[in-house]
Amino acid sequence: MRADLDIIRNWIEPGSRVLDLGCGDGSLLRYLQDNLQTIGTGLEIDETKINACLDKGISVIQQDLNKGLQNFESQSFDTVLLTQTLQAVHFPDLLVEEMLRIGKNCIVTFPNFGNWRARLHLAVKGRMPVSEYIPYEWYNTPNIHFCTVRDFDVFCHDKNINVITRTVVDYKHRDSWFIRAAPNLLSEIAIYHFSRTPAV
Amino acid sequence: MPDTLPENSVGLVTPELYRFEEPLTLRSGKVLKAYDLMVETYGTLNADKSNAILICHALSGDHHAAGYHSMDDKKPGWWDVCIGPGKPVDTNHFFVVCLNNLGGCAGSTGPASINPDTGTWYGPDFPVVTVRDWVNSQARLADRLGIQQWAAVVGGSLGGMQVMRWAISYPERLRHAIMLAVAPKLSAQNIAFNEVARQSITADPDFHAGRYREHEVLPKKGLMLARMVGHITYLSDSAMREKFGKVSDELKQASLNLGRDLRAGKLSFGFDVDFQVESYLHYQGERFSETFDANTYLLMTKALDYFDPSVDYDGDLSKAFAKSDCRFLLMSFSTDWRFPPERTREIVTALLKAGKQVSYLEIEADQGHDAFLLPVPRYMQSLTTYLNVVKEEVGA
Repeated sequence: MRADLDIIRNWIEPGSRVLDLGCGDGSLLRYLQDNLQTIGTGLEIDETKINACLDKGISVIQQDLNKGLQNFESQSFDTVLLTQTLQAVHFPDLLVEEMLRIGKNCIVTFPNFGNWRARLHLAVKGRMPVSEYIPYEWYNTPNIHFCTVRDFDVFCHDKNINVITRTVVDYKHRDSWFIRAAPNLLSEIAIYHFSRTPAV
Repeated sequence: MPDTLPENSVGLVTPELYRFEEPLTLRSGKVLKAYDLMVETYGTLNADKSNAILICHALSGDHHAAGYHSMDDKKPGWWDVCIGPGKPVDTNHFFVVCLNNLGGCAGSTGPASINPDTGTWYGPDFPVVTVRDWVNSQARLADRLGIQQWAAVVGGSLGGMQVMRWAISYPERLRHAIMLAVAPKLSAQNIAFNEVARQSITADPDFHAGRYREHEVLPKKGLMLARMVGHITYLSDSAMREKFGKVSDELKQASLNLGRDLRAGKLSFGFDVDFQVESYLHYQGERFSETFDANTYLLMTKALDYFDPSVDYDGDLSKAFAKSDCRFLLMSFSTDWRFPPERTREIVTALLKAGKQVSYLEIEADQGHDAFLLPVPRYMQSLTTYLNVVKEEVGA
C-alpha cells in the first residue's frame, strides 16, 4: 500500500463523493472505496491506465485535465484529489481554482523541488535534479511546473485558499519531526488538504 | 460460407417467436392489441437469472446478433465480433438476448405483418413506434423470460438510445448500461439526412403511399437511395479514402488518391458509375433494398428523430437520469461524424450532474460511426475488461 494513501484517508469522510484527477490505475479510488465506502470517479488520459481502472471496477472518464473541467458541476463532490500531477499540468493555478469550485475540499500532493537534494544537485552539479522520486531528464520530463513547499504556501495565501492541513514527508511518504522542522528543505513530497476560505 | 463454424462462434442458432396478447399502449396513444417478437438467445440463463444481457439493435439490425442460421449463411449475425464464447460478451458466462424490435421486418410485428383488423398488411397503417415503446415491449419480454434484472443492457447508435431509455424508465431492472456511439438526441443535421432518406422512399413510384404489397411491387429504388445516403453517414472520410484508394493507375500514391479509385480504370465521360465508391454504394443499396422493408425504414428513422428523453424533464437530461440506479459505460469513436464524441460527452455530463457512476472512453478509430460494429482492438479490450467485472459481480 502506498504510504500517502494512509495519510489521505484520514481527511476523507466515509461514504463521501471523491473525484480523483489523474487517477492513474485507480488504486487510490479502489482503496478509498474498499476502506471508506466512498463513491469515486477518476479522470485519466492514458489508455492502459483507463483499462486498469475498468479492471478494478472504478468509474473512469477519459478526459484531459489541460482542457478544463467545465463538465463538472460546482460543489458536486466532497473531495477533489490531485496526486503527483499538479507539476505536470499546463495551468496549475486554474486547475486548483477548478478543484475548489467542484469540491467542498481538496487534496493535492506534489514533489517538493525545494528539497535539499534538489538544491544540492543544481548548486553543486549545475544540472537539473534527477532523483529516485523525480527520475526524468529535463528534456523528457512530464513535469513542467515544479514548485516548492514555500511556493505553494505563498500561492495559497495569495489565492485566499484555506490550508486545512499540510503534511510533508520523504519520498517513501515517511513523516518525522526532523522533516517537519524544516519542511521546505527536508521534505520530498508535500501533501496539502485545503478548501476555499469561507467568505467573512 | 464456412465449412466448419469458428470455435469462438455461438454456432448454429434458431430464432424463436414470442406472442404477446396483452395490449401495448404506444407513446402516440395508439394501441397494439397483440404482437409478436422474434428473439434469439445465446448461452445459458443461470439458476438465479442474474447473468442475462440484453442487446438492442440499431436502425437496420434485427434479432440475429451472433452465430449462423445455416451452414449456407455467408455472414454471421450483425455483432458476431462481440458475442460468443471468449468474446467480450462471453456466452460461456452470460445469457444473451437480442430481439427484432416492433415495427421491424425480420419476424416481429411490423408493417409487413398482417393487420388482424383488416386481414391485409399493416403497411402505412402500422403505428409510429418510439424507443420508449420498444423498451416497454422489451421489458415484457424480460418478464416472459423470468429476468427481473439484466446484468447489462447494451447497444450502439439507436440501440444505445434504447439502453438510455432502460436506465430512465426501468431503473431497478438493469445493473449496467453500456452505450456505444450514441447521442442524447438527433441534431438538425441528423434529422436532415433521415428526411432525405424518407423522401427517397416516398417519392419512388412503386411506393404507392406505403401499400406497395397490394400492388405486388417494392419501392426498391427509393430504399436503395435511402440506404446510400445513410451509408455515407456511417463511414468516415478517412474510412472511404482507405476503402476506395488502394490501387490507382492514374495516381500511384494511395495517399494522394483520396479514395478515388476508378471502377474500370478509366473515365467513361458519361453518367454511369466511374468510381469504386459509387459502385460500392450501389451494391450496398441494392442488396439492402432486396431484404429490408421500406415502411420499416421510415418507422426506424422516425424513432430516431423523436428520441429525446429530456422532453419530460424541462429539457434537462440529468433530471431524466435522477432515478437511474445502474452504472454506465459509454464509448465514442474519434471519426464518427454522425454521433461524434462531443455528442456522447453530453450524456456523460448529464450523468455526472445527476451524480451517477459513469465511465467514458473515446476510442481512436478510422471507421466512423460503423466502428461500434467492428473489432477495433482497444474497444474490444475495454468491453471485455468491463464485462469481466460485471461477470464477477453477478456470479456468472
